[in-house]
Amino acid sequence: MVMIRAFLLSLLLLLSACDHAVNNSPYPATDKQVNTLYSSFEERPKHLDPALSYSSNESEIIAQIYEPPLQYHYLKRPYTLIPQTLTAMPSVRYLDAAGRVLPDDAPLASIAQSVYELHLRPGIYYQPHPAFARNPQGQLRYAHLTAADWADIHDWRDFKQVGTRELVAADYVYQIRRLASPQLNSPIFGVMAEYIVGLADYSKQLLAVPNATYLDLTRYPLAGVELVNRYTYRIHIRGKYPQFSYWLAMPFFAPVPPEVDAFYHQPGMVAHNFTLDWHPVGTGAYQLTVNDPNRQMVLTRNPNYHPAFYPSDGNEGDAAAGLLRDAGKRLPFIDAQVFSLEKESIPYWNKFLQGYYDLSGISSDSFDQAVELNAQGNPELTPAMRAQGMSLVTAVTASNSYMGFNMLDNVVGGLSERARKLRLAIAIAVDYEEFISIFANGRGIPAQGPIPPGIFGYQDGVQGMNPLVYQNNNGKITRRPIADAQGLLAEAGYPNGRDAKTGAPLVLYFDTAANGPDAKSRLDWMVKQFAKLNIQLVIRGTDYNRFQDKMRRGNAQIFEWGWNADYPDPENFLFLLYGANGKVAHGGENAANYQNPQFDALFDQMKYLDNTPARLAIINQMLALVREDSPWLFGYFPKAFSLRQAWVAPTKPNVIANNTLKYRKIDPVLREKLREKWNQPVLLPLFWLAIVSVILILPALWAWRRHERSRAL
Amino acid sequence: MMAYLLRRLRDAIPILLGVNLLTFTLFFVVNTPDDMAHMHLGAKHVTPQAVAQWKTEHGYDLPLFYNSAHTDIDSVTDTIFFNKSLRMFALDFGAADDGRDIANEIKTRAGPSLAIAVPVFILGLLVNISFALMMVFFRHTYLDGLGVVLAVVLMSISGLFYIIAGQFFIAKLWHWLPISGFATGIDAWRFVLLPVLISVVGGIGSGTRWYRSIFLAEIGKDYVRTARAKGLSESRILFRHVLQNGMIPILTGAVVVLPLLFMGSLLTESFFGIPGLGSYVIDAIQAQDFAIVRAMVFIGAVLYLVGLWLTDIAYSWADPRVRLS
Repeated sequence: MVMIRAFLLSLLLLLSACDHAVNNSPYPATDKQVNTLYSSFEERPKHLDPALSYSSNESEIIAQIYEPPLQYHYLKRPYTLIPQTLTAMPSVRYLDAAGRVLPDDAPLASIAQSVYELHLRPGIYYQPHPAFARNPQGQLRYAHLTAADWADIHDWRDFKQVGTRELVAADYVYQIRRLASPQLNSPIFGVMAEYIVGLADYSKQLLAVPNATYLDLTRYPLAGVELVNRYTYRIHIRGKYPQFSYWLAMPFFAPVPPEVDAFYHQPGMVAHNFTLDWHPVGTGAYQLTVNDPNRQMVLTRNPNYHPAFYPSDGNEGDAAAGLLRDAGKRLPFIDAQVFSLEKESIPYWNKFLQGYYDLSGISSDSFDQAVELNAQGNPELTPAMRAQGMSLVTAVTASNSYMGFNMLDNVVGGLSERARKLRLAIAIAVDYEEFISIFANGRGIPAQGPIPPGIFGYQDGVQGMNPLVYQNNNGKITRRPIADAQGLLAEAGYPNGRDAKTGAPLVLYFDTAANGPDAKSRLDWMVKQFAKLNIQLVIRGTDYNRFQDKMRRGNAQIFEWGWNADYPDPENFLFLLYGANGKVAHGGENAANYQNPQFDALFDQMKYLDNTPARLAIINQMLALVREDSPWLFGYFPKAFSLRQAWVAPTKPNVIANNTLKYRKIDPVLREKLREKWNQPVLLPLFWLAIVSVILILPALWAWRRHERSRAL
Repeated sequence: MMAYLLRRLRDAIPILLGVNLLTFTLFFVVNTPDDMAHMHLGAKHVTPQAVAQWKTEHGYDLPLFYNSAHTDIDSVTDTIFFNKSLRMFALDFGAADDGRDIANEIKTRAGPSLAIAVPVFILGLLVNISFALMMVFFRHTYLDGLGVVLAVVLMSISGLFYIIAGQFFIAKLWHWLPISGFATGIDAWRFVLLPVLISVVGGIGSGTRWYRSIFLAEIGKDYVRTARAKGLSESRILFRHVLQNGMIPILTGAVVVLPLLFMGSLLTESFFGIPGLGSYVIDAIQAQDFAIVRAMVFIGAVLYLVGLWLTDIAYSWADPRVRLS
């Protein structure tokens, strides 16, 4: 009994010894009522260098730190570019081959170069950083670290002095040069080398530089990027490329101060894991003050952030939705964002329900717990979630998920009538409405073409319907009956799924990197879809590397693929079907290797146009062509569902921009109140545990004593 | 003993070389340098030039084992195997493919792994041996039978179930401790307690059964009968004599895993968000980062060998009849 009492007492002491308001809080007690947004990350970001970072989980962090010259308007839709560090939108001049200025409506063929001129706003300063620190003589304090200096530097905080300096145009110029650096391997170098004048040659020039730990790019000018004065620079683009403005809103074109790059290239830096890839330096609303990607990353307010204000205008309905309540107020609202490592969805979800995360996506495991369909078939929160004051936010992502045919394949590929009808028959048979319902919990809309909603060229309703796969039933769009698919299959020479000439069954191959029990039900479903046409679908599962290799070599027959938009322009989706981007022939993003000269010619026209009715007409022609040729089953456009706690202010979903943390707002007092209410320790189980222990231990003790006191014989 | 240890050290070199060679071969059978480049460069806009550039920058543009471009010793030394794997014998682990220093990372992650593994090891040993001795004490009674059934039931339950159930009841339902996370310093105990408790409970079934069988084998021996004849109490016989004589098989199982505790537990670390070495290896395999994989396999092999040496030493300590020569 004494032992049990001691056990219970120690357990209670342990629980009460905790100085947290509630025992299960994963945050320190000092974090109570702080104006901090709590979120998580599943995978450590690979790169935080703006020349390298290209993943969404990386953008979520660096977009708050780095400021490219442009950004997207927070509220306006369609997505609209506005200046971020510029005084105005960049001016564009067109030049002919002789360097003469052309009018804005000059014919495309006459334009040899487009010159973008960008003027910075003066008075923008970098976050505090040791690379800017200066000694009393005005020299950079940590520019020439010696072995003796390193003896005292073990941690980032050991740099006792920090400094700042004004943002200048040379920093933007320097970063564009970095895109060509062979030491960096920027993922967009290949694309940019086609457009920025001299970038390809510049890279070759840098390659010829003898191996050095630090390549001082200030010593190597780049012809296509011109520094005009302290606040002005120009970028020369080959020909006309209107989409270049969108690139100017991505971190690839954010400023990097040369002295910061030099600072990180000093001997000893890498051994201490001090690199620009892990310790970004920017002018944005936040700075990365804790970077422990094994546990936690923390963004805190940049004390040097320049004045920036919440937008005063938006779309119709924004004011009614409360989105203009903070119009004109200075940004940012939140002091910090804490990202905690959370590898598994179950603990993550449970912590969200306890109030320890402010926002959450919804995994398949927790979908039924969070969302239900109402009588109209629309998703809404379950009563339990509503009782906690949560809100559901949905948005169709700027991405697509499709099934492609390898157009180089002898059976399903090519533009012949036979192959075209075979692909169309399959397009009708594979029921993506069912797929979305079963495998995506209804989170998606069936695609009628490659362009997702929210992007110019997408048309809703019957107007945007793919008439070869769907039909209009009194305004309701339904999939064509399977009989239509069977008819097309017979016309393709495979009546009832057999070769009309040989009688052999039609066997097709689905190449996928999806393996294991999780993927099995989905793959079985796919086999059944083809079986509707008596086509035997063989699943060729392999690992990701081999699958990628097959795609590069053109050895896959039917495959699944998807694309996340770089920018909100139809060109960024239609280029996935452009012949010159064929994966096998050119190593491009056209995974189906589709090549139709008519489509390509229309693409070349469409690419250079503004979003006008003329452009829409061309896009419609292109859509008609790809629907007819059917190199893809257009699949579906995924829909993102996310949950917001009661204390998080309403926000407008933005599937393109990443620098949205500065617009977020929370009520930390309400959060603390609800956390305490939701997480009071339940002590009754301790009592039952004690009772059970007594029941188990007492007979054993009794038996022990009896045994010890008994005689041997 | 010194001669013995030196001989074991000499024998370890070909073993480590073999482990290195095997890891290298297996890794590059599954992942070619091109695959690694594609993985690191991402899925978008990757050109063949970028792939070639990445390989050159990271030293993967060389042949794997034999460089036919050379005729001298360079034909062997100017290869990926020589440059990447053999350097580890000098404990130079180099940098991961993302540029981070591996030795630094291991140093940082070892603490959290040990914070879980050491208490689990010690508590698990104490609890399992205590339960096993208790079952042996009540052998051939209903309590022993009940204990065996309970141990088999506990053994049959997946480790994942213990984690999910533990998190559900203790953290989610009763709000006693955080569900997951980690903190440095004294505050770490709040995050370590639950995984330790769950791991100890999860290991009771198999541990108790194993130690029970060891003690049952001892309890029937002549020295126990003699001790009883001399009038020693059963508890004294068990805790003093049977436990001591059962130490050799216990040490075999326990000491060999001691250095491996350093390597962490994948499942526990993953579910509890512990930034340890177990998750480091899995992340590296997923990211196809050969630099980390080879370093961790090498360290694992070294630790295993160290574990075997420690076992031998422990034998001689536990049983004076065993001499290392």
